Amino acid sequence: MTAQLSIRNVHKSFGSNDVLRGISLDVPRGSVVAFIGASGSGKSTLLRCINLLEPIDDGEIVLDGVDISAPGFDANVARRDVGLVFQSYNLFPHMNVLRNITLALTHATGITRPDAEATAIDLLDRFGLADKARAYPEQLSGGQQQRVAIIRAVALRPSVLLLDEVTAALDPQLVGEVLDLIAELRTSGMTMLMATHEMNFARDVADTVCFLHEGAIHEMGRPEDILDSPREERTQAFLARTMRR
Amino acid sequence: MNSDSSTGPSRASARRAFEERRRRRSLAIAATSTVVFVGLVALLVPRMPRWDRVKQSFFSGEQFADSFPRLLDAFVLDLKIFAWSVPIILGFGMLVALTRVSRNPALFPIRALCVVYVDLMRGVPVLLWIYLIGFGVPGLGLDRPWNSPLLWGTVALCVTYSSYVSEVFRAGIEGVHESQRAAARSLGLTHGQTLRLVVIPQAVRRVVPPLMNDLVSLQKDVALVSLIGPIEILRQAGIDKSKFANFTPYVVAAVIFLCVTIPLTRTADWLLARERRRTGGTRVAA
Repeated sequence: MTAQLSIRNVHKSFGSNDVLRGISLDVPRGSVVAFIGASGSGKSTLLRCINLLEPIDDGEIVLDGVDISAPGFDANVARRDVGLVFQSYNLFPHMNVLRNITLALTHATGITRPDAEATAIDLLDRFGLADKARAYPEQLSGGQQQRVAIIRAVALRPSVLLLDEVTAALDPQLVGEVLDLIAELRTSGMTMLMATHEMNFARDVADTVCFLHEGAIHEMGRPEDILDSPREERTQAFLARTMRR
Repeated sequence: MNSDSSTGPSRASARRAFEERRRRRSLAIAATSTVVFVGLVALLVPRMPRWDRVKQSFFSGEQFADSFPRLLDAFVLDLKIFAWSVPIILGFGMLVALTRVSRNPALFPIRALCVVYVDLMRGVPVLLWIYLIGFGVPGLGLDRPWNSPLLWGTVALCVTYSSYVSEVFRAGIEGVHESQRAAARSLGLTHGQTLRLVVIPQAVRRVVPPLMNDLVSLQKDVALVSLIGPIEILRQAGIDKSKFANFTPYVVAAVIFLCVTIPLTRTADWLLARERRRTGGTRVAA
C-alpha cells in the first residue's frame, strides 16, 4: 500500500536548537498516528511543519505524491489539504461559530457563502453543536470551542488532519466530548496525526504510536506494543512517568 | 458541618449590615469633604483683594450673553475642520500602520519613509507644523483656493494626527496574538486575507479607547488653526475680548469646548471600562 503522507528525513532547527533531527514516517490513507513524548520532544513542531507553518530545513513532506515542502510550492494550496487544530483552539473571537467555520471556505476555496453555511450547519448538526451556530467563542465552554475548532478544520475537507494536543488545555470533564468527536472522525476514514498526552485514547484510536525523543522517532509500532511492552529504555521511563499520574 | 447551616443566615445578615454601615460612612465622608471644600472656595475667593475686577472681566453675565451666539456660530468651523479631519486621519493612519507592519520587500523604501514621517511628526509640536505648513505651502504662490490657510492648517492637523493614530493602530495590530495568525494561515487564508479578516478587525476593536483619547485632543487642537488666520471660536473670542475689553468670551469658548470634550472623554472611559470587563480584568475589593 502506498502512503498518503510521507515524511522523509525532516530536519528543523530554531537557531542553534535542533528541534527535529531527521524524522521519517509513512502514513497510509485513513490511518491514525499518535505522537507521544515529553514537552520539547518536537511533537508540535513536527505538526506545524507538516502544515507548512514552519518551513523545514531539510528533507521533504510528500502528500498524495506531491512534495508540498518544495521551495516555492504554494503553501496556501497545501494547507487546504492539511488541517491543523491547536491546543489553545485559536477560534476568531470577533466572529460567531458559523463565521469561524465558513471564513476559510468562502475566502480560501471560493465556495459561495450560502453553500459554506450549509456545510457548516451540517457539520455542527452532526456533532451536536447546531444550537451554538450564532454563539461567539467566549460564550462557549473549552470543550465546545475545541469541537468548533476541529469542525472548522474538517469543513475544508482536508486529506490529513493534524491535532496538536487538542485536549491539553481542557478541564478533565470536558476532554471526553472532544475525544468522542475525534473517534467519530476516525470511523469516517479521516487520516489523522495527533500529538497527545492521552495514552488511553492513543491506545483506543491510533493505528501507530510514535515515541518522540529529542527530535527523533525513538520507537514506533502498534499501540499495544509501544504502550504495554516498550522495548526502549527511554520509552519505558517516559511511560512510567506518565502512567503514574 | 451542621453548625454552618444554623449560623449561616445570621452571619450573612451581620455581613450585610456591616457592608451597609461602611457604605454609609463612605458617603458621609464624601459629602462632608465636598461641602467643606466648596464652602472654603466660596468663602475665600470673593475675599481676594481684586475679586470684583476679576469677576467683572471674566464672569460678566452680560458679556456672556452677548458673545455666546457669536462664538457658537464660530464654533461650527471647528466642528467642520474636525469632521473633515477624522476620516482622513483614520484612513491615512491605518495606511501608515499597515505599511510599517508589512514584510513585503518591495515596500522597503515606503516603510523607511513612514518611519521618518512618524518620527518627524511626533517629534515637533502640532503648533509648529501648523505654522510651517499653513504659512509655508501657500507661500509657494498657489492660486485660490489652494492658498487658503484654512486648507493647509487642516492638512497640518491631519498629517500630525495621522502619525499619532498610526502608532495606535500599529500597537493594536502587533497586539493581536500570533496564534490568531497561525490559525488563519493554517486554514489556507493568504497573508492579506489574514490581515483583513482576522487581524485588523480585532486590532481596531482593541484600540478604540486610546483612539478616542487622540480624537479628544484633536478636537481641542483644531483651535490652533486660528493662529494662522481662520476665524473660528478661539479667534472670535480674541476679537470679542479686544472689542469689549473683557475676558468673558474666553470663558464662553471654554464652556463650549467642554460641552463637546466631556461627553467624548466619558465615552472613551466607558469604552475602556467595557473593554477591560470583556478581557476579564476585575476590581479588587477595598
